Amino acid sequence: MAKVIVDVVLKDEILDPQGDAISRALPRMGFTFSPISVRQGKSFIITLDHEPSRDELGEIEKAAATLLSNPVIESFSIRVEH
Amino acid sequence: MRVGVVTFPGTLDDHDAARAVRFAGGEAISLWHGDSDLQGVAGVILPGGFSYGDYLRCGAIARFSPIMSAIIRAAVKGLPVLGICNGFQVLCESHLLPGALTRNSELHFLCRDQEIEIVNNESDWTSDFSNGQRIIIPLKNGEGSFQCDDRTLNELESNNRVIARYVGINPNGSRNSIAGITNAKGNVVGVMPHPEHAIDSLTGPTADGLAFFTSLMKTRV
Amino acid sequence: MALDTVAKATSTPEIIQPWRELGLKEDEYQRIREILGRRPTSSELAMYSVMWSEHCSYKSSKVHLRQFGEKAPKSDALLVGIGENAGVVDVGQGYAVTFKVESHNHPSFIEPYQGAATGVGGIVRDILTMGARPIAILDPLRFGRADTPDTKRVLPGVIAGIGGYGNCIGVPTVGGEVIFDDSYSGNPLVNALCVGVMKHEDIKLAKASGAGNLVVLFGAKTGGDGIGGVSVLASETFDDKKPTKRPAVQVGDPFTEKVLIECSLEIFKEDLVVGIQDLGGAGLSCATSELASAGTGGMRVKLDRVPLRDANLSPEEILMSESQERMCAVVPPEKVERFMEICKKWDVVATVIGEVTSGKHLEITWHGELIVDVPPRTVAHDGPVYNRPFTRPAWQGELVGNGAENLPRPQSESAIADAILTLISSPNIADKSWITSQYDRYVQGNTIAAGPSDAAVIRIDENTFLGVAVATDCNGRFCKLDPYEGTQLALAESFRNVAVTGAKPLAITNCLNFGSPEDAGVMWQFAESVRALADGALEMGLPVTGGNVSFYNQTGAVAILPTPVIGVLGVIDDVRKAIPYKFSGVKELILLGETLEEFSGGEWAHLQGHLGGLPPRVDLKREMVLAQFMYAQRDFISAAHDLSDGGLAVALIEMLLHSQTGAKISTHGDPFTHLFSESTGRILLAVNPEDSNYLVGKATDAGITTTRLGQSGGENLEISGVLSMSMLHIREANQRTIPALFTA
Repeated sequence: MAKVIVDVVLKDEILDPQGDAISRALPRMGFTFSPISVRQGKSFIITLDHEPSRDELGEIEKAAATLLSNPVIESFSIRVEH
Repeated sequence: MRVGVVTFPGTLDDHDAARAVRFAGGEAISLWHGDSDLQGVAGVILPGGFSYGDYLRCGAIARFSPIMSAIIRAAVKGLPVLGICNGFQVLCESHLLPGALTRNSELHFLCRDQEIEIVNNESDWTSDFSNGQRIIIPLKNGEGSFQCDDRTLNELESNNRVIARYVGINPNGSRNSIAGITNAKGNVVGVMPHPEHAIDSLTGPTADGLAFFTSLMKTRV
Repeated sequence: MALDTVAKATSTPEIIQPWRELGLKEDEYQRIREILGRRPTSSELAMYSVMWSEHCSYKSSKVHLRQFGEKAPKSDALLVGIGENAGVVDVGQGYAVTFKVESHNHPSFIEPYQGAATGVGGIVRDILTMGARPIAILDPLRFGRADTPDTKRVLPGVIAGIGGYGNCIGVPTVGGEVIFDDSYSGNPLVNALCVGVMKHEDIKLAKASGAGNLVVLFGAKTGGDGIGGVSVLASETFDDKKPTKRPAVQVGDPFTEKVLIECSLEIFKEDLVVGIQDLGGAGLSCATSELASAGTGGMRVKLDRVPLRDANLSPEEILMSESQERMCAVVPPEKVERFMEICKKWDVVATVIGEVTSGKHLEITWHGELIVDVPPRTVAHDGPVYNRPFTRPAWQGELVGNGAENLPRPQSESAIADAILTLISSPNIADKSWITSQYDRYVQGNTIAAGPSDAAVIRIDENTFLGVAVATDCNGRFCKLDPYEGTQLALAESFRNVAVTGAKPLAITNCLNFGSPEDAGVMWQFAESVRALADGALEMGLPVTGGNVSFYNQTGAVAILPTPVIGVLGVIDDVRKAIPYKFSGVKELILLGETLEEFSGGEWAHLQGHLGGLPPRVDLKREMVLAQFMYAQRDFISAAHDLSDGGLAVALIEMLLHSQTGAKISTHGDPFTHLFSESTGRILLAVNPEDSNYLVGKATDAGITTTRLGQSGGENLEISGVLSMSMLHIREANQRTIPALFTA
């Protein structure tokens, strides 16, 4: 079993109002660490019953670039967990 | 004139778009997302709503439907296409228009009677307006903030491809208060507010929206 | 755990069962054993416990609610009365309109977004299941004081949930109210009303008839949502000493509901079902037992056929699951194929799970083994009936004896001006756009008027302009002072709100929100309230078509204000003639109705921290005369607004703010009384100056008192001899409050 995780986040130059709202909420809740910023993204967890091959990872990357993310405003990264 | 109105699972404003087409003197043809036959229509409307529940991203799944493949091919050849709200989102996801629509800067769904200014009356869907005309039509969405990179923004602005801007306070954080844009040829237009809900003052704030639909009748007669 | 079958139950009568933990009383458990002639299986026990809970069986309220039937006025408009999922009235031109209001209070306190969202989903399905397209939603809401942390937690979530669900399914949210009062803290009230329209011949009922007809479950898959939610949450109060209950809140998916609506309407259009029921509280237990009970025979269900989201659910859990967006249809075998085709088109999961039989029982099997074998009537309709004791509380006399008429009143110009500003900026009265702008009011393109209009007005027919008007109302403080009068006041107000649009009121629905029925004082409030509504309905000739009871709205020993929310539906023959709530141009302002010295229970008294005395007098016959007048003279009325919370001061300011103008008026008699009294049966009119003599004449003919207040115009509110205030200043005070409280 292997999990391929695609993390998608908004590109830096894109306004992220949800991230901003979270950033403002943290000090209000009493947390003392003060982040420069918070960005909200999403994770796609793709579970396979085997280690993904190089080709399969290539396909997942293609899926990430065309379906799972919108390249106009988002960027993504892929990692494999065992 | 036959104008197609597309229904995806979750589309909400298809009946209203069809009504607007009829009010403008056209014949509304219902197009199902699963078909790829455009039935010889002279123009297509992608209406507002929550296609596929806005799952993944607004319009991201609808964009892969059979009807969209047919629409993309036809739009490239010049077929007039109007995307309203969710329809605008589908057009951006399909890359028929640049940029993307993201979450409103104030985070809430916002429904209000919004004043916009028509800044390009040469597209297929805005020819019945005068340049600089101000109109009031309903804005109702949660993801209406138009975003794009600087290069795209420059391209849009210097080539007069912005067709409408919000007047007054920017309701959702859209770059340059952009409320609607067109492609280079002027046949594909995306607009965030809803002209189909302003076709008579009985049910809408004004009848200002009707001109989007009469424009098509005028352009393509 | 081994499967508990009927066979096993028959052979092991001595097994101890957790009937108490499931919310049953000992005598109820014994009664189940008597009915079945053996101990119930665990699945049967689960079914009875959920179906016999307060929320599902109405055991504490049934004996009182009977009056709606007993005192029902004769009405030609009533097509379907109490007993079905929702009432249906004839509005003319072959159209039938169905409407109902329901509560989802406890879940909304635990999980505000999902509680409110699934509340909307549930009432919309109730309307859909009658065969109608849902066309409007209204949301009567009540929260604790606006400035408390808990209200700031609950309110935004509730609003977002109603908007998130309602907007996504494409039904406009067009009305409702938002009220703040200390007594609701810990027990917010989230009621949701839905209106639907269909042609007469499309009306569907929830019964299973015709042996051999198939039972089809369609919609979402079944998961562990809300297991035990109904009996666990609605029959228990929130006790702040015990640890909070583990949430059993359902999660809604509005996209699935939207698709379900379109799929169902296509199915109805092709006449493919002979009975249909939606799955709400008590899920499958309820749908199968109600369909069978109302039908002509029995039913056999193969529970293992139910499509599951979670393969680990036990049969008991499947039966109790409250997964949303599910419906149950009874389909003749020759129509099943077409039914399935339509479901496939919309990507809706549909499964044949059983059939109607010629027997008398509801039999449910699990992989061939019989786990439920019950007479369905005993589950669905013949549940326990309680005659709970009720007594007027000992403190009622003292409460009523302490009227607000005795409070010191503002006399000077600045004191009255201050009182006005305090009133129009108070959370109950302040502008609610921050809330209503989160709702889509335009979808479906038939909204003629939405909030802040007194009633929502929706067009039904694009060619004939036939339409309906709907309003909801309740002043809980009036009801605490006098539950009987207070309930009739709520009826009067809702009725009047519909009448000011020029519509003809036709029918009543109700959502009765009260504290614990085990408290004799609360039960007295409830008994009085139901009696008042039944009496009022009879007097006004409007049938009560159905509604909802929500008990146990209390924390510890403190109950909420008795809050019987009354919804009234009316018909408008031509929506182009609907009277608006705002005007443009110069108008004369005329007040219809009499103003007496009545402040008890009103908004001004509330802001002084006072609750006591007798509520304003109610005169239902006078309300009917007013309604007739509004309809007859609608062509001569530019705008109308009914008077309620805050009296004339508030009604006048609201109309002026919406019309973006000031006014120059004079008061009659004591200015404070004239401005702040909350006497009923009063409407503010804006009229063209050249029509005012005619209108006053007609009102006098009808026996209606009129007061000519003055004229609109200018930028100030000038009350001669009393004060002058800038409308800009008033607007700022009115619009600042709610955003300041709730913007994150």
